[in-house]
Amino acid sequence: MNLYMKFFLMHLKSQMQYKVSFFFNILGQFLVSFAVFMSLSFLFMLFDDVEGFTYQEVLIGFAVMMLGFSLGEMFGRGFDTFPRILGNGTFDRALVRPRNIIFQVLAGTMDFTRLGRAAQAVVVFVYVIPNSGVDWTLTRVMTLVLMIVCGTLLFFGLFVVYASFSFFTVEGLEFMNIFTDGGREHGRLPFSVYGENVLRFLTYVIPLALVQYYPLLFLLGRETSLLYAFAPVFALLFLIPCFVFFRFGLSRYKSTGS
Amino acid sequence: MFGLTAINFKPYRALFRIRFTNTLQYRAAAFAGLTTQFAWGFMYILAFAAFYRSNPGSFPMEFSHTVTYIWLQQAFVALFFLWFYDNSIIESVESGSIAYELVRPMDLYSRWFSITAANRVSRTLLRAIPILAIAIFLPRPFRLVLPVELMRYILFFISMALALGVVLSFSMLIYISAFYTINSMGTRIIFGVSADFLSGAYIPLPFFPDTMRFVLELLPFGSMQNMPLLIFSGHVYGVAAFRGIGIQLFWLVTLVIVGRFWMSRALKRVVAQGG
Repeated sequence: MNLYMKFFLMHLKSQMQYKVSFFFNILGQFLVSFAVFMSLSFLFMLFDDVEGFTYQEVLIGFAVMMLGFSLGEMFGRGFDTFPRILGNGTFDRALVRPRNIIFQVLAGTMDFTRLGRAAQAVVVFVYVIPNSGVDWTLTRVMTLVLMIVCGTLLFFGLFVVYASFSFFTVEGLEFMNIFTDGGREHGRLPFSVYGENVLRFLTYVIPLALVQYYPLLFLLGRETSLLYAFAPVFALLFLIPCFVFFRFGLSRYKSTGS
Repeated sequence: MFGLTAINFKPYRALFRIRFTNTLQYRAAAFAGLTTQFAWGFMYILAFAAFYRSNPGSFPMEFSHTVTYIWLQQAFVALFFLWFYDNSIIESVESGSIAYELVRPMDLYSRWFSITAANRVSRTLLRAIPILAIAIFLPRPFRLVLPVELMRYILFFISMALALGVVLSFSMLIYISAFYTINSMGTRIIFGVSADFLSGAYIPLPFFPDTMRFVLELLPFGSMQNMPLLIFSGHVYGVAAFRGIGIQLFWLVTLVIVGRFWMSRALKRVVAQGG
Protein backbone atom coordinates (compact mmCIF):
# COMPACT_ATOMS: atom_id res chain seq x y z
CA MET A 1 0.00 0.00 0.00
CA ASN A 2 2.89 2.26 0.85
CA LEU A 3 4.44 1.53 -2.51
CA TYR A 4 1.13 2.17 -4.24
CA MET A 5 0.98 5.63 -2.65
CA LYS A 6 4.44 6.36 -4.01
CA PHE A 7 3.33 5.38 -7.52
CA PHE A 8 0.17 7.42 -7.04
CA LEU A 9 2.14 10.56 -6.21
CA MET A 10 4.63 9.89 -8.97
CA HIS A 11 1.91 9.67 -11.64
CA LEU A 12 0.17 12.72 -10.23
CA LYS A 13 3.34 14.77 -10.35
CA SER A 14 4.34 13.63 -13.82
CA GLN A 15 0.90 14.44 -15.23
CA MET A 16 0.93 17.84 -13.57
CA GLN A 17 4.13 18.75 -15.38
CA TYR A 18 2.31 19.93 -18.48
CA LYS A 19 -0.18 22.08 -16.66
CA VAL A 20 -1.99 23.61 -19.61
CA SER A 21 -2.37 20.34 -21.41
CA PHE A 22 -3.45 18.62 -18.17
CA PHE A 23 -6.02 21.33 -17.59
CA PHE A 24 -7.42 21.06 -21.11
CA ASN A 25 -7.64 17.30 -20.78
CA ILE A 26 -9.57 17.65 -17.53
CA LEU A 27 -11.85 20.23 -19.11
CA GLY A 28 -12.41 17.90 -22.06
CA GLN A 29 -13.37 15.03 -19.77
CA PHE A 30 -15.66 17.35 -17.84
CA LEU A 31 -17.43 18.34 -21.06
CA VAL A 32 -17.88 14.70 -22.07
CA SER A 33 -20.06 14.09 -19.06
CA PHE A 34 -21.50 17.61 -19.11
CA ALA A 35 -22.94 16.88 -22.57
CA VAL A 36 -24.72 13.83 -21.16
CA PHE A 37 -25.97 15.92 -18.25
CA MET A 38 -27.26 18.66 -20.57
CA SER A 39 -29.10 16.22 -22.81
CA LEU A 40 -30.73 14.74 -19.73
CA SER A 41 -31.71 18.23 -18.56
CA PHE A 42 -33.21 19.11 -21.95
CA LEU A 43 -35.30 15.94 -21.87
CA PHE A 44 -36.65 16.86 -18.45
CA MET A 45 -37.61 20.32 -19.72
CA LEU A 46 -40.07 18.47 -21.94
CA PHE A 47 -41.10 15.69 -19.56
CA ASP A 48 -41.88 15.87 -15.85
CA ASP A 49 -40.82 12.33 -15.07
CA VAL A 50 -39.80 9.06 -16.62
CA GLU A 51 -41.29 5.80 -15.32
CA GLY A 52 -42.11 7.55 -12.05
CA PHE A 53 -38.69 9.10 -11.49
CA THR A 54 -38.34 12.89 -11.38
CA TYR A 55 -35.36 14.87 -12.68
CA GLN A 56 -33.67 15.10 -9.28
CA GLU A 57 -34.23 11.43 -8.57
CA VAL A 58 -32.76 10.43 -11.90
CA LEU A 59 -29.74 12.66 -11.27
CA ILE A 60 -28.76 10.70 -8.16
CA GLY A 61 -28.42 7.54 -10.23
CA PHE A 62 -26.65 9.46 -13.00
CA ALA A 63 -24.06 10.93 -10.63
CA VAL A 64 -23.42 7.58 -8.92
CA MET A 65 -22.69 5.87 -12.23
CA MET A 66 -20.59 8.75 -13.53
CA LEU A 67 -18.49 8.93 -10.37
CA GLY A 68 -18.10 5.15 -10.11
CA PHE A 69 -17.05 4.92 -13.74
CA SER A 70 -14.54 7.76 -13.63
CA LEU A 71 -12.90 6.57 -10.41
CA GLY A 72 -12.85 2.99 -11.67
CA GLU A 73 -11.26 4.15 -14.90
CA MET A 74 -8.76 6.41 -13.18
CA PHE A 75 -7.37 3.66 -10.96
CA GLY A 76 -7.98 0.84 -13.43
CA ARG A 77 -6.41 2.68 -16.35
CA GLY A 78 -3.71 0.00 -16.49
CA PHE A 79 -6.36 -2.58 -17.37
CA ASP A 80 -7.99 -0.25 -19.86
CA THR A 81 -4.72 0.08 -21.77
CA PHE A 82 -3.82 -3.57 -21.18
CA PRO A 83 -3.91 -4.70 -24.83
CA ARG A 84 -1.13 -2.21 -25.51
CA ILE A 85 0.92 -3.41 -22.53
CA LEU A 86 0.63 -6.97 -23.85
CA GLY A 87 1.40 -5.93 -27.39
CA ASN A 88 4.57 -3.99 -26.77
CA GLY A 89 6.15 -6.48 -24.39
CA THR A 90 6.00 -4.33 -21.26
CA PHE A 91 3.98 -7.08 -19.64
CA ASP A 92 6.86 -9.55 -19.92
CA ARG A 93 9.00 -7.25 -17.85
CA ALA A 94 6.31 -7.14 -15.19
CA LEU A 95 6.14 -10.95 -15.09
CA VAL A 96 9.77 -11.34 -14.07
CA ARG A 97 9.51 -8.88 -11.20
CA PRO A 98 8.90 -10.32 -7.71
CA ARG A 99 5.68 -8.40 -7.16
CA ASN A 100 2.02 -9.14 -7.60
CA ILE A 101 0.99 -8.81 -11.27
CA ILE A 102 -2.27 -7.03 -10.60
CA PHE A 103 -0.46 -4.57 -8.38
CA GLN A 104 2.03 -3.83 -11.12
CA VAL A 105 -0.64 -3.27 -13.74
CA LEU A 106 -2.49 -0.99 -11.34
CA ALA A 107 0.55 1.02 -10.41
CA GLY A 108 1.79 1.20 -13.99
CA THR A 109 -0.57 3.93 -15.17
CA MET A 110 -3.17 6.17 -13.66
CA ASP A 111 -5.09 8.76 -15.54
CA PHE A 112 -5.96 11.78 -13.48
CA THR A 113 -7.70 13.58 -16.32
CA ARG A 114 -10.69 11.36 -15.46
CA LEU A 115 -11.12 13.62 -12.46
CA GLY A 116 -12.84 15.97 -14.91
CA ARG A 117 -15.71 13.52 -15.17
CA ALA A 118 -15.68 12.89 -11.46
CA ALA A 119 -15.95 16.67 -10.97
CA GLN A 120 -19.12 16.74 -13.04
CA ALA A 121 -20.58 14.03 -10.83
CA VAL A 122 -19.60 15.91 -7.69
CA VAL A 123 -21.26 19.11 -8.97
CA VAL A 124 -24.44 17.14 -9.61
CA PHE A 125 -24.28 15.65 -6.12
CA VAL A 126 -23.90 19.09 -4.55
CA TYR A 127 -27.04 20.20 -6.34
CA VAL A 128 -29.09 17.06 -5.92
CA ILE A 129 -28.36 15.93 -2.36
CA PRO A 130 -30.32 18.80 -0.75
CA ASN A 131 -32.86 19.10 -3.61
CA SER A 132 -33.91 15.53 -4.21
CA GLY A 133 -36.33 15.37 -1.31
CA VAL A 134 -34.45 12.40 0.15
CA ASP A 135 -34.65 12.19 3.92
CA TRP A 136 -30.94 11.72 4.68
CA THR A 137 -30.83 9.31 7.60
CA LEU A 138 -27.55 7.70 8.58
CA THR A 139 -28.46 4.47 6.78
CA ARG A 140 -29.26 6.40 3.62
CA VAL A 141 -25.95 8.28 3.68
CA MET A 142 -24.22 4.96 4.12
CA THR A 143 -26.16 3.50 1.19
CA LEU A 144 -25.06 6.36 -1.03
CA VAL A 145 -21.43 5.83 -0.04
CA LEU A 146 -21.80 2.09 -0.74
CA MET A 147 -23.29 2.85 -4.15
CA ILE A 148 -20.28 4.95 -5.08
CA VAL A 149 -17.61 2.66 -3.63
CA CYS A 150 -19.11 -0.55 -4.99
CA GLY A 151 -19.86 1.16 -8.30
CA THR A 152 -16.20 2.09 -8.60
CA LEU A 153 -15.13 -1.49 -7.82
CA LEU A 154 -17.68 -2.93 -10.23
CA PHE A 155 -16.46 -0.78 -13.13
CA PHE A 156 -12.95 -1.67 -12.12
CA GLY A 157 -13.88 -5.37 -12.37
CA LEU A 158 -15.29 -4.77 -15.85
CA PHE A 159 -11.98 -3.25 -16.91
CA VAL A 160 -10.25 -6.37 -15.57
CA VAL A 161 -12.53 -8.55 -17.71
CA TYR A 162 -11.75 -6.35 -20.68
CA ALA A 163 -8.03 -6.80 -20.02
CA SER A 164 -8.44 -10.56 -19.59
CA PHE A 165 -9.99 -10.88 -23.04
CA SER A 166 -6.85 -9.40 -24.53
CA PHE A 167 -4.93 -12.51 -23.45
CA PHE A 168 -6.91 -14.31 -26.13
CA THR A 169 -7.52 -11.70 -28.80
CA VAL A 170 -6.62 -8.11 -29.46
CA GLU A 171 -9.24 -7.67 -32.17
CA GLY A 172 -12.84 -6.91 -31.50
CA LEU A 173 -12.51 -5.90 -27.88
CA GLU A 174 -14.81 -3.02 -28.67
CA PHE A 175 -17.84 -5.08 -27.67
CA MET A 176 -16.80 -4.78 -24.02
CA ASN A 177 -17.61 -1.06 -24.33
CA ILE A 178 -21.27 -2.07 -24.16
CA PHE A 179 -20.76 -2.77 -20.47
CA THR A 180 -18.13 -0.20 -19.49
CA ASP A 181 -18.96 2.91 -21.52
CA GLY A 182 -22.49 1.64 -21.95
CA GLY A 183 -22.96 1.28 -18.20
CA ARG A 184 -21.91 4.87 -17.72
CA GLU A 185 -23.86 6.25 -20.67
CA HIS A 186 -27.12 4.37 -20.14
CA GLY A 187 -26.78 4.50 -16.35
CA ARG A 188 -27.88 8.12 -16.68
CA LEU A 189 -31.41 6.77 -16.23
CA PRO A 190 -32.51 4.25 -13.58
CA PHE A 191 -32.10 0.86 -15.21
CA SER A 192 -35.77 -0.09 -14.72
CA VAL A 193 -36.55 2.43 -17.48
CA TYR A 194 -35.13 0.04 -20.06
CA GLY A 195 -37.66 -2.65 -19.28
CA GLU A 196 -37.71 -5.95 -17.42
CA ASN A 197 -35.29 -7.92 -19.58
CA VAL A 198 -32.53 -5.34 -19.41
CA LEU A 199 -33.06 -4.96 -15.68
CA ARG A 200 -32.87 -8.71 -15.12
CA PHE A 201 -29.65 -8.89 -17.14
CA LEU A 202 -28.15 -6.01 -15.17
CA THR A 203 -29.14 -7.67 -11.91
CA TYR A 204 -27.97 -11.24 -12.39
CA VAL A 205 -25.31 -11.12 -15.12
CA ILE A 206 -23.56 -7.76 -14.98
CA PRO A 207 -24.86 -6.42 -11.66
CA LEU A 208 -24.83 -2.70 -12.52
CA ALA A 209 -28.42 -2.33 -11.30
CA LEU A 210 -27.34 -3.48 -7.83
CA VAL A 211 -25.29 -0.31 -7.38
CA GLN A 212 -27.78 2.02 -9.06
CA TYR A 213 -31.45 1.06 -9.33
CA TYR A 214 -32.12 -1.00 -6.18
CA PRO A 215 -30.32 1.19 -3.63
CA LEU A 216 -31.87 4.23 -5.33
CA LEU A 217 -35.31 2.82 -4.43
CA PHE A 218 -34.13 2.62 -0.83
CA LEU A 219 -32.83 6.21 -0.87
CA LEU A 220 -36.16 7.44 -2.19
CA GLY A 221 -38.02 5.54 0.52
CA ARG A 222 -39.90 3.35 -1.97
CA GLU A 223 -38.34 0.21 -0.51
CA THR A 224 -37.63 -0.05 3.17
CA SER A 225 -35.98 -3.46 3.25
CA LEU A 226 -32.31 -3.24 4.20
CA LEU A 227 -31.66 -5.74 1.43
CA TYR A 228 -32.03 -2.82 -0.98
CA ALA A 229 -29.71 -0.64 1.08
CA PHE A 230 -26.97 -3.25 0.97
CA ALA A 231 -27.55 -4.38 -2.61
CA PRO A 232 -24.26 -2.73 -3.71
CA VAL A 233 -22.31 -5.11 -1.49
CA PHE A 234 -23.74 -8.12 -3.35
CA ALA A 235 -22.50 -6.61 -6.58
CA LEU A 236 -18.97 -7.20 -5.31
CA LEU A 237 -19.49 -10.95 -5.83
CA PHE A 238 -19.02 -10.10 -9.49
CA LEU A 239 -15.37 -9.34 -8.81
CA ILE A 240 -14.65 -13.01 -8.08
CA PRO A 241 -15.26 -14.29 -11.62
CA CYS A 242 -13.46 -11.20 -12.93
CA PHE A 243 -10.24 -12.10 -11.17
CA VAL A 244 -10.63 -15.83 -11.82
CA PHE A 245 -10.95 -15.01 -15.50
CA PHE A 246 -7.87 -12.83 -15.33
CA ARG A 247 -5.89 -15.64 -13.65
CA PHE A 248 -7.13 -18.06 -16.27
CA GLY A 249 -6.02 -15.73 -19.05
CA LEU A 250 -2.70 -15.24 -17.37
CA SER A 251 -2.09 -18.99 -17.21
CA ARG A 252 -2.68 -19.18 -20.95
CA TYR A 253 -0.45 -16.22 -21.70
CA LYS A 254 2.12 -16.58 -24.43
CA SER A 255 4.48 -13.71 -24.97
CA THR A 256 4.59 -12.03 -28.36
CA GLY A 257 8.32 -12.35 -28.07
CA SER A 258 9.17 -8.74 -28.72
CA MET B 1 -9.31 31.46 -55.69
CA PHE B 2 -7.03 29.28 -53.56
CA GLY B 3 -6.00 27.31 -56.63
CA LEU B 4 -9.02 25.06 -56.54
CA THR B 5 -9.36 24.90 -60.31
CA ALA B 6 -5.72 23.99 -60.87
CA ILE B 7 -5.89 20.85 -58.74
CA ASN B 8 -5.13 17.55 -60.40
CA PHE B 9 -7.44 15.11 -58.67
CA LYS B 10 -5.63 11.88 -59.53
CA PRO B 11 -3.21 11.65 -56.60
CA TYR B 12 -6.01 12.41 -54.15
CA ARG B 13 -8.12 9.66 -55.63
CA ALA B 14 -5.18 7.29 -55.19
CA LEU B 15 -4.75 8.34 -51.56
CA PHE B 16 -8.45 7.77 -51.01
CA ARG B 17 -8.17 4.26 -52.46
CA ILE B 18 -5.14 3.30 -50.36
CA ARG B 19 -6.78 4.38 -47.12
CA PHE B 20 -10.02 2.74 -48.13
CA THR B 21 -8.58 -0.74 -48.74
CA ASN B 22 -6.47 -0.36 -45.63
CA THR B 23 -9.45 0.15 -43.35
CA LEU B 24 -11.40 -2.66 -44.97
CA GLN B 25 -8.83 -5.10 -43.60
CA TYR B 26 -10.14 -4.80 -40.07
CA ARG B 27 -13.28 -6.88 -40.43
CA ALA B 28 -13.31 -8.39 -36.93
CA ALA B 29 -13.16 -4.94 -35.42
CA ALA B 30 -16.04 -3.92 -37.63
CA PHE B 31 -18.11 -6.87 -36.46
CA ALA B 32 -17.47 -6.04 -32.82
CA GLY B 33 -18.41 -2.47 -33.58
CA LEU B 34 -21.62 -3.71 -35.10
CA THR B 35 -22.68 -5.51 -31.92
CA THR B 36 -21.88 -2.42 -29.89
CA GLN B 37 -23.88 -0.21 -32.22
CA PHE B 38 -26.90 -2.48 -31.97
CA ALA B 39 -26.81 -2.61 -28.20
CA TRP B 40 -26.54 1.17 -28.01
CA GLY B 41 -29.29 1.69 -30.55
CA PHE B 42 -31.66 -0.53 -28.57
CA MET B 43 -30.83 1.17 -25.29
CA TYR B 44 -31.43 4.64 -26.74
CA ILE B 45 -34.74 3.56 -28.24
CA LEU B 46 -35.83 1.98 -24.94
CA ALA B 47 -34.95 5.21 -23.11
CA PHE B 48 -36.88 7.38 -25.57
CA ALA B 49 -39.77 4.92 -25.38
CA ALA B 50 -39.90 5.38 -21.61
CA PHE B 51 -40.08 9.17 -22.02
CA TYR B 52 -42.74 8.72 -24.69
CA ARG B 53 -44.86 6.57 -22.37
CA SER B 54 -44.62 9.11 -19.56
CA ASN B 55 -46.16 11.83 -21.74
CA PRO B 56 -46.76 11.19 -25.47
CA GLY B 57 -48.11 14.73 -25.86
CA SER B 58 -44.83 16.48 -25.16
CA PHE B 59 -42.78 14.23 -27.41
CA PRO B 60 -41.49 16.67 -30.06
CA MET B 61 -41.08 14.12 -32.88
CA GLU B 62 -43.18 11.26 -34.12
CA PHE B 63 -41.90 8.22 -32.27
CA SER B 64 -41.11 6.28 -35.45
CA HIS B 65 -39.09 9.28 -36.67
CA THR B 66 -36.98 9.15 -33.53
CA VAL B 67 -36.38 5.42 -33.96
CA THR B 68 -35.32 5.91 -37.58
CA TYR B 69 -33.06 8.79 -36.51
CA ILE B 70 -31.34 6.58 -33.91
CA TRP B 71 -30.70 3.68 -36.28
CA LEU B 72 -29.29 5.96 -38.97
CA GLN B 73 -27.13 7.61 -36.35
CA GLN B 74 -25.76 4.23 -35.25
CA ALA B 75 -25.21 3.22 -38.87
CA PHE B 76 -23.41 6.42 -39.84
CA VAL B 77 -21.52 6.97 -36.60
CA ALA B 78 -18.16 6.94 -38.38
CA LEU B 79 -19.40 9.35 -41.03
CA PHE B 80 -20.79 12.15 -38.89
CA PHE B 81 -19.29 12.08 -35.40
CA LEU B 82 -16.60 14.67 -34.85
CA TRP B 83 -14.71 12.56 -32.32
CA PHE B 84 -13.81 10.05 -35.02
CA TYR B 85 -10.54 11.85 -35.53
CA ASP B 86 -7.81 10.75 -37.85
CA ASN B 87 -4.98 10.31 -35.40
CA SER B 88 -2.36 9.81 -38.08
CA ILE B 89 -2.78 13.45 -39.13
CA ILE B 90 -2.36 14.78 -35.61
CA GLU B 91 0.62 12.50 -35.05
CA SER B 92 2.28 13.73 -38.22
CA VAL B 93 2.04 17.30 -36.96
CA GLU B 94 3.12 16.46 -33.43
CA SER B 95 5.98 14.15 -34.39
CA GLY B 96 7.28 16.49 -37.07
CA SER B 97 6.92 14.03 -39.94
CA ILE B 98 4.65 16.67 -41.45
CA ALA B 99 7.90 18.08 -42.87
CA TYR B 100 8.00 15.20 -45.39
CA GLU B 101 4.49 15.91 -46.49
CA LEU B 102 5.22 19.57 -46.97
CA VAL B 103 7.92 18.87 -49.55
CA ARG B 104 5.57 16.70 -51.59
CA PRO B 105 4.09 18.49 -54.57
CA MET B 106 0.59 18.12 -53.21
CA ASP B 107 -1.78 20.54 -51.65
CA LEU B 108 -1.89 19.65 -47.94
CA TYR B 109 -5.50 20.72 -47.37
CA SER B 110 -6.81 18.48 -50.16
CA ARG B 111 -4.50 15.70 -49.05
CA TRP B 112 -5.83 15.67 -45.51
CA PHE B 113 -9.36 16.14 -46.75
CA SER B 114 -9.22 13.05 -48.97
CA ILE B 115 -7.49 10.90 -46.35
CA THR B 116 -10.09 11.67 -43.69
CA ALA B 117 -12.92 11.30 -46.20
CA ALA B 118 -11.65 7.83 -47.15
CA ASN B 119 -11.31 6.83 -43.53
CA ARG B 120 -14.85 7.84 -42.70
CA VAL B 121 -16.48 6.40 -45.81
CA SER B 122 -14.73 3.02 -45.58
CA ARG B 123 -15.51 2.57 -41.90
CA THR B 124 -19.09 3.53 -42.55
CA LEU B 125 -19.59 1.07 -45.41
CA LEU B 126 -18.57 -1.83 -43.17
CA ARG B 127 -21.02 -0.81 -40.47
CA ALA B 128 -23.90 0.93 -42.14
CA ILE B 129 -25.08 -1.75 -44.54
CA PRO B 130 -25.54 -4.58 -42.00
CA ILE B 131 -27.09 -2.25 -39.42
CA LEU B 132 -29.60 -0.81 -41.88
CA ALA B 133 -30.31 -4.24 -43.38
CA ILE B 134 -31.24 -5.67 -39.98
CA ALA B 135 -32.96 -2.58 -38.60
CA ILE B 136 -35.59 -2.51 -41.35
CA PHE B 137 -36.77 -6.01 -40.37
CA LEU B 138 -37.05 -5.47 -36.62
CA PRO B 139 -40.48 -5.76 -34.96
CA ARG B 140 -42.67 -2.67 -34.91
CA PRO B 141 -41.57 -0.14 -32.33
CA PHE B 142 -37.91 -0.81 -33.09
CA ARG B 143 -38.17 -0.84 -36.86
CA LEU B 144 -36.33 1.56 -39.11
CA VAL B 145 -39.07 2.95 -41.33
CA LEU B 146 -37.97 3.48 -44.91
CA PRO B 147 -39.32 6.48 -46.82
CA VAL B 148 -41.69 5.66 -49.67
CA GLU B 149 -41.13 8.75 -51.84
CA LEU B 150 -38.18 8.74 -54.23
CA MET B 151 -37.71 12.47 -53.63
CA ARG B 152 -36.81 11.89 -49.99
CA TYR B 153 -34.04 9.48 -50.95
CA ILE B 154 -32.62 12.02 -53.39
CA LEU B 155 -32.73 14.83 -50.83
CA PHE B 156 -31.24 12.52 -48.22
CA PHE B 157 -28.25 11.58 -50.37
CA ILE B 158 -27.57 15.22 -51.29
CA SER B 159 -27.89 16.25 -47.65
CA MET B 160 -25.72 13.36 -46.47
CA ALA B 161 -22.90 14.27 -48.87
CA LEU B 162 -23.08 17.90 -47.77
CA ALA B 163 -23.15 16.91 -44.10
CA LEU B 164 -20.02 14.82 -44.59
CA GLY B 165 -18.39 17.82 -46.27
CA VAL B 166 -19.32 20.11 -43.38
CA VAL B 167 -18.03 17.59 -40.81
CA LEU B 168 -14.77 17.17 -42.74
CA SER B 169 -14.17 20.89 -43.25
CA PHE B 170 -15.01 21.54 -39.61
CA SER B 171 -12.60 18.87 -38.38
CA MET B 172 -9.95 20.32 -40.71
CA LEU B 173 -10.02 23.43 -38.53
CA ILE B 174 -9.24 21.25 -35.52
CA TYR B 175 -6.38 19.53 -37.37
CA ILE B 176 -4.95 22.89 -38.39
CA SER B 177 -5.08 24.07 -34.80
CA ALA B 178 -2.63 21.24 -34.01
CA PHE B 179 0.03 23.44 -35.63
CA TYR B 180 -0.37 25.88 -32.76
CA THR B 181 -0.33 23.50 -29.80
CA ILE B 182 2.11 20.88 -28.61
CA ASN B 183 -0.44 18.47 -27.24
CA SER B 184 -3.81 18.99 -28.82
CA MET B 185 -5.57 16.04 -27.16
CA GLY B 186 -7.53 18.28 -24.78
CA THR B 187 -8.66 20.77 -27.42
CA ARG B 188 -9.64 17.91 -29.69
CA ILE B 189 -11.92 16.42 -27.03
CA ILE B 190 -13.37 19.82 -26.13
CA PHE B 191 -14.27 20.76 -29.71
CA GLY B 192 -15.33 17.25 -30.66
CA VAL B 193 -17.70 16.78 -27.75
CA SER B 194 -19.19 20.28 -27.95
CA ALA B 195 -19.78 20.06 -31.69
CA ASP B 196 -21.25 16.57 -31.43
CA PHE B 197 -23.61 17.64 -28.67
CA LEU B 198 -24.71 20.78 -30.54
CA SER B 199 -25.29 18.84 -33.75
CA GLY B 200 -27.69 16.40 -32.17
CA ALA B 201 -25.47 13.42 -31.43
CA TYR B 202 -26.72 12.93 -27.86
CA ILE B 203 -30.36 13.85 -28.38
CA PRO B 204 -31.84 14.99 -31.71
CA LEU B 205 -32.14 18.77 -32.12
CA PRO B 206 -35.98 18.73 -31.92
CA PHE B 207 -35.56 17.82 -28.24
CA PHE B 208 -33.60 21.04 -27.59
CA PRO B 209 -35.28 24.20 -26.26
CA ASP B 210 -36.83 26.11 -29.18
CA THR B 211 -34.63 29.22 -29.29
CA MET B 212 -31.47 27.17 -28.97
CA ARG B 213 -32.59 24.87 -31.74
CA PHE B 214 -33.38 27.83 -34.00
CA VAL B 215 -29.88 29.26 -33.56
CA LEU B 216 -28.15 25.87 -33.94
CA GLU B 217 -29.96 25.23 -37.22
CA LEU B 218 -28.39 28.37 -38.67
CA LEU B 219 -24.91 27.43 -37.40
CA PRO B 220 -22.71 24.70 -38.94
CA PHE B 221 -23.88 22.30 -36.21
CA GLY B 222 -27.36 22.00 -37.68
CA SER B 223 -25.76 21.19 -41.04
CA MET B 224 -23.99 18.07 -39.79
CA GLN B 225 -25.85 14.84 -38.92
CA ASN B 226 -29.02 16.70 -37.99
CA MET B 227 -30.21 17.58 -41.51
CA PRO B 228 -29.78 14.28 -43.42
CA LEU B 229 -31.14 12.19 -40.53
CA LEU B 230 -34.20 14.38 -40.08
CA ILE B 231 -34.86 14.38 -43.82
CA PHE B 232 -34.65 10.59 -44.04
CA SER B 233 -36.81 10.01 -40.98
CA GLY B 234 -39.46 12.34 -42.38
CA HIS B 235 -39.36 14.96 -39.63
CA VAL B 236 -38.10 17.62 -42.06
CA TYR B 237 -39.75 17.78 -45.50
CA GLY B 238 -40.78 20.11 -48.30
CA VAL B 239 -39.49 23.69 -48.23
CA ALA B 240 -37.73 23.16 -44.90
CA ALA B 241 -35.61 20.39 -46.45
CA PHE B 242 -34.50 22.63 -49.32
CA ARG B 243 -33.77 25.45 -46.92
CA GLY B 244 -31.68 23.08 -44.77
CA ILE B 245 -29.71 21.89 -47.78
CA GLY B 246 -29.08 25.53 -48.76
CA ILE B 247 -27.66 26.26 -45.31
CA GLN B 248 -25.50 23.14 -45.54
CA LEU B 249 -24.08 24.29 -48.88
CA PHE B 250 -23.34 27.73 -47.45
CA TRP B 251 -21.41 26.27 -44.49
CA LEU B 252 -19.49 23.80 -46.62
CA VAL B 253 -18.20 26.58 -48.88
CA THR B 254 -17.50 28.95 -45.98
CA LEU B 255 -15.66 26.38 -43.87
CA VAL B 256 -13.50 25.22 -46.78
CA ILE B 257 -12.51 28.81 -47.61
CA VAL B 258 -11.75 29.60 -43.96
CA GLY B 259 -9.81 26.35 -43.55
CA ARG B 260 -7.68 26.89 -46.65
CA PHE B 261 -6.94 30.46 -45.68
CA TRP B 262 -6.01 29.49 -42.11
CA MET B 263 -3.85 26.61 -43.27
CA SER B 264 -1.84 28.80 -45.64
CA ARG B 265 -1.28 31.19 -42.72
CA ALA B 266 -0.30 28.34 -40.39
CA LEU B 267 2.15 26.80 -42.86
CA LYS B 268 4.07 30.06 -43.18
CA ARG B 269 5.09 29.86 -39.56
CA VAL B 270 5.16 26.09 -39.09
CA VAL B 271 7.95 24.75 -36.90
CA ALA B 272 8.69 21.07 -37.40
CA GLN B 273 9.40 19.37 -34.09
CA GLY B 274 12.25 16.98 -33.65
CA GLY B 275 15.07 16.02 -35.98
